[in-house]
Amino acid sequence: MNIYVLLKRTFDTEEKIVVSDGRIEDESAEYIINPYDEYAVEEAIKQRDEHGGEVTVVTVGDEESEKQLRTALAMGADKAVLINTEDDVEDGDQYTTAKILESFFEDKEADLILAGNVAIDEASGQVGPRLAESLGINYVTTITALEIDGESANIDKDVEGDVEKIETALPVLVTCQQGLNEPRYPSLPGIMKAKKKPLEELEIDDLDLDEDDVEAKTETIDIFLPPEKEAGKVLEGEIDDQVKELISLLKNDAKVL
Amino acid sequence: MSETKEKLFKGGGFLTEDLQANDVITPEDFTEEHKMIGKTTDDFVEGEVVPKIDHMENHEFEYSIDLIKKAGELGLLGADIPEEYGGLNLDKISSAIITEKFARGGGFSITHGGHVGIGTLPIVFFGNEKQKSTYLPKLATGEMIAAYALTEPSAGSDAMSGKTTAKLNEAGTHYILNGEKQWITNSAFADVFIVYAQVDGDQFTAFIVEREFPGVSTGPEEKKMGIKSSSTRTLILEDVEVPVENLLGEKGKGHKIAFNILNVGRYKLAMGGVGGSKVGIEVATKYVNERKQFNTSISSFSLTQEKLATMAAKTYANESAVYRTVGLFEQRMGALSDEQLKDGREVAKAIAEYQIECSLNKFSATECMDYVVDEALQLHGGYGFMEDYEVARMYRDSRINRIFEGTNEINRLIVPGTLIKKAMKGELPLLQAAQKLQEELMMMMPEEVGEATLEQEKYLLKNAKKMILLGAGLAAQKYQQKLADEQEILVNLADMVNEVYNMESAILRTEKAINKDGEDKHKQKLLYTQVYVQEAFNRIEADAKESLIAVEEGDTLRMMLSSLRKLTRHTPINVIAKKRSIAAKIIEEEKYVV
Repeated sequence: MNIYVLLKRTFDTEEKIVVSDGRIEDESAEYIINPYDEYAVEEAIKQRDEHGGEVTVVTVGDEESEKQLRTALAMGADKAVLINTEDDVEDGDQYTTAKILESFFEDKEADLILAGNVAIDEASGQVGPRLAESLGINYVTTITALEIDGESANIDKDVEGDVEKIETALPVLVTCQQGLNEPRYPSLPGIMKAKKKPLEELEIDDLDLDEDDVEAKTETIDIFLPPEKEAGKVLEGEIDDQVKELISLLKNDAKVL
Repeated sequence: MSETKEKLFKGGGFLTEDLQANDVITPEDFTEEHKMIGKTTDDFVEGEVVPKIDHMENHEFEYSIDLIKKAGELGLLGADIPEEYGGLNLDKISSAIITEKFARGGGFSITHGGHVGIGTLPIVFFGNEKQKSTYLPKLATGEMIAAYALTEPSAGSDAMSGKTTAKLNEAGTHYILNGEKQWITNSAFADVFIVYAQVDGDQFTAFIVEREFPGVSTGPEEKKMGIKSSSTRTLILEDVEVPVENLLGEKGKGHKIAFNILNVGRYKLAMGGVGGSKVGIEVATKYVNERKQFNTSISSFSLTQEKLATMAAKTYANESAVYRTVGLFEQRMGALSDEQLKDGREVAKAIAEYQIECSLNKFSATECMDYVVDEALQLHGGYGFMEDYEVARMYRDSRINRIFEGTNEINRLIVPGTLIKKAMKGELPLLQAAQKLQEELMMMMPEEVGEATLEQEKYLLKNAKKMILLGAGLAAQKYQQKLADEQEILVNLADMVNEVYNMESAILRTEKAINKDGEDKHKQKLLYTQVYVQEAFNRIEADAKESLIAVEEGDTLRMMLSSLRKLTRHTPINVIAKKRSIAAKIIEEEKYVV
């Protein structure tokens, strides 16, 4: 089986987000593999171990993304591809990434493509579905179980806490939800082997794309942090009075009624 | 790192050498693989070990055994084991990083260390082909767990005086071992014990003893003050038949193995000390940010900040020193041929060259950790005294580190003792340097110290080295062969040597980082270095003064004190202000940051 994983480098979940001059400060930030993409890497390795084939991890990013690709290789992926957009793309969006990936996959025969449900930074959840649409293949989002049997795939899909059972055919793109598996730690032998595994670096030029082809469809107008949570208010007195006060607060203060 | 590998440094040589930033290996030199190994270890300890600590504290050792096996699956037991025996044969820096990261696991770090360090390494270093292929592959996976049995009720610091006996049977096939080994880490579940015994009364010899051998048993679990999540029992040997092929190394040469393993054990404990200090800072900082008194979080009080900054500056200096020592091992092993590298003895020899550094790091880093966890507990106030908070356990766990693997007092005494031995043998030019200093001091004029970055710190370092030569030279002259009886002076000297090693390691590390990416990126490192060097210099001055006063009197003393004053003249920095800046960054990041 030809298995591909779409991976994104994101801020560590423990990083504090600091915004200055309309940009998120990334000077001293620590980075990780987007946690949902880790489920994808783990699932890809498991499926390969069961059905044979090869796992290729693909990321659209910059030189620094190599670290996260190496980590995926250390977990057990076979090959990695870094599509380095550092020199070509200033402010890409989901369209940009999906477009680049579409070109990348044009000449690939993928049986299974796995991605994270969302990236924890921008959380659009769009890249996977967009890519599947443009490749004209099936896709299922937020999966929590995956059984492949020949050409068919049996999938559990998380629908807001309920489970939807889906049967579909390969090739298929899935996005992975928490609960799908428990990602392994990269072992020390894995880390040492990862050094020697192939990591191909491409630029959009190599995919016959130029900057205009991948120009973002959205524009970021402002970036700001959510307002700090203020202390709550406890209403007191008779129930009737409390209800009256609550309604008045909702009407006049919060202006939601 | 290639340029550093070509140079070889003598153990203890730093007292008379003028080192450059490129001569030392620092945490900033870690490769991507080093960082990944660190992350895997961190994630493993955080994700698998920490949630089980409470179980292990209750002596539910099935968790310990399971965790050792899981660590084996990840390769966390095989760093120091050669590849042909199922290990990974990683460099010493990787192995040090693993040890450092295990510190978060509390007493389990002692289980891990007892297994991979003192338990396994005697076989790696001194085992023959048969012994290595029998035991190492299983030790690398955790299928077998190792323990080290040296101490006896009447043989602690005087380890070679053990009473356990080994007698060859008539058929010449087995040694019959009898005796008791006390306080043996991992003894509840270890499968293999490295046991020392006297053959024919006085030939101190090491043996590999399997738990399954008839006559091997263990006593009840000790009730310890800390590291309760590790197992500690007495190993009882009653007419245990140990096959002759399980004699480790050479008959009567057990002390060689013991001393070499102690060196490794010491630097590994130092690594743990650094790791534990970092955890202590993190735990303390999170608490003081959270805890509010007088309507404000207590991290906003400058006294809280002073504590955090002192903890971090000490940690920085110790971290720099310990990784520098590991770098020295690496540099020396880089000079070995492939053939030599395969011979564990050569590797052990390369490490033994740095016996002084191992001892310094051991007492310094374990006391750093003890200081840090004590202050971390203090910052928790009354809550720190409650077992609900992990800082209480950290405080209890830390204490043993100043005692085992050679008490910190023994380790202090080793430092001047070894230095003098090396000087007498002509291995270190200490005598010449001390003589030269005496002439220099006669004509010495105060120096103008410039404003350049680290210039003051380098000046203080240079003079601190001179203070040691002054004190050591004087004491050696006065007491000659009887110097060994003057333990207070020797310990003062050891402390001074240690401060110099730490100061220098911090200075060179900071300088190396600044040379690479500029001062702006390394402000925190610079602050740590400035604060540590100033405070260490003050301590050195006090030690030197106390020693001179004890050794000399009258006019000679007055002359000596005036020499000392020349060496200590400088304009001190404002430590309080610098500590506030240090703390600001730590409080923001809620952990030790460089």
